[in-house]
Amino acid sequence: MPASLILSLNSSVLGEFPLNEERITLGRKPENDIQVDNLAVSGQHAAIITILSDSFLEDLDSTNGTFVNGRLVKKHALKNGDTISIGKHELKYVNDEASTEDNFEKTMVIRPGMAGHAAAAAKVHTAAASGKPFEAAVEGALPLGKIQVLSGPGAGKELELRKALITLGRPGVQVAVITRRPQGYFITHVEGSQPIVNGQSIGAQAHSLKDHDVVELAGVKMEFFVMGSSS
Amino acid sequence: MNVDGKLEVTGLSDVGRKRSHNEDSIASDTGIGLTVLADGMGGYRAGEVASAMAVNAIMEEVRDGLKLLKKHGDVDEESGFARESLLVREAVMRANETIHKAAISQPQCQGMGTTVVTAMFYDDRMTIAHVGDSRLYRLRSNNFEQITVDHSLLQELIDKGFYTPEEAKHSLNKNLVTRAMGIEGTVVPDVVEEAVLPGDIYLLCSDGLTDMVEDEEIHLTLEKNSNNLDDVAAELVRIANENGGKDNISVLLARALKPFPSSKRSWFSRFYDWFS
Repeated sequence: MPASLILSLNSSVLGEFPLNEERITLGRKPENDIQVDNLAVSGQHAAIITILSDSFLEDLDSTNGTFVNGRLVKKHALKNGDTISIGKHELKYVNDEASTEDNFEKTMVIRPGMAGHAAAAAKVHTAAASGKPFEAAVEGALPLGKIQVLSGPGAGKELELRKALITLGRPGVQVAVITRRPQGYFITHVEGSQPIVNGQSIGAQAHSLKDHDVVELAGVKMEFFVMGSSS
Repeated sequence: MNVDGKLEVTGLSDVGRKRSHNEDSIASDTGIGLTVLADGMGGYRAGEVASAMAVNAIMEEVRDGLKLLKKHGDVDEESGFARESLLVREAVMRANETIHKAAISQPQCQGMGTTVVTAMFYDDRMTIAHVGDSRLYRLRSNNFEQITVDHSLLQELIDKGFYTPEEAKHSLNKNLVTRAMGIEGTVVPDVVEEAVLPGDIYLLCSDGLTDMVEDEEIHLTLEKNSNNLDDVAAELVRIANENGGKDNISVLLARALKPFPSSKRSWFSRFYDWFS
């Protein structure tokens, strides 16, 4: 039996909705899978994404918010017995088949983007029943970064960060590397004292660089920029 | 490149306490500076076939490709990657094709797949490539850090904000990977380059370790036994088994003993100075 939501108002049950679709929407407008006709409910209020035996609630920027067990949530992994409140209506999440701590099933393969909030029409498939092609992780989709020197004799000089691994600094004084990872650019200390980003020492850990971060290295200040897409 | 005497490598693969056979595969060769770990999946014994194919194919492909490489650490201008990175990426993609072909042509291999994580060391640098939820960690001067980011549903849920990393530890969606070798005709590995410093210790591992042992405990185990990598490997496997051993546990450990530049000067002293 799939998990379900039991809709109630003032403790009287209005209906039960099985979560047998990957994405179920909830809102005031009639096109929603679960329609709640009340002015406190936004036209498109929330969505529930179900992946195998687990469900995830996402508020769709509703006017009055979505609450789980009294707490305002934007995104929430549902647990058996959770009570979702929108306006005065309540939805109880019932899932007797929730995977248990000991349920170490064999690893399965699933298409990426399943946790996406919008058009997640993907279907789970096990390694044994593969069909659709994987959504290729698009190379070059990572925006290109650059740094511009802000101080010292090289002020104004720019470097596009095209290489996977870029070294900055002066050997014997202070050296750091910037690496280009699928998640973005990271700066890591290599030699000398730890680099400073936005006035703070970054420590020994790789530090994620954000647009307009100011890096201080070997006495030189420079700014990191994210340019448009690289191609 | 040959990193004998400059990189110390050890590995251990254990069936764990619940599974009947070991579907993980590991291999390393300091003669070419390469380490590979794969965690297979699929019915009967297809998982171990897939992981062994991945490890062997990558080893072989890289070994062959290195023979054609004139200089270590050269950067391809167009992609920004070192030639070694392109070679490793190509090796992973070809291994994927090999596994996929076997999976669709041999009934006993139907549906098999595997994760893979590989690290190649050259010119004071490394290339890391991975597909799936096998990981690479780095211990550098008391800082223990996960470098790879899992291709898993759980990681997607964290990225999308449904879980905090803390909540994710107790999540039940642990075993869903969003990328794997052998499932489709093509796969795109994540490839990153990192600088390597003497003293660094790298850990490649399957989820049989990370599902059973918290990062903090892995970190402490590494530090406590850091004078002997074999002890680290044995201890990590022991703790994973003690905590349940629900899956196969594999670890590969590599320690940079001394610099291994491809020319006389270290790599970062050759490329440092664009702004100075």
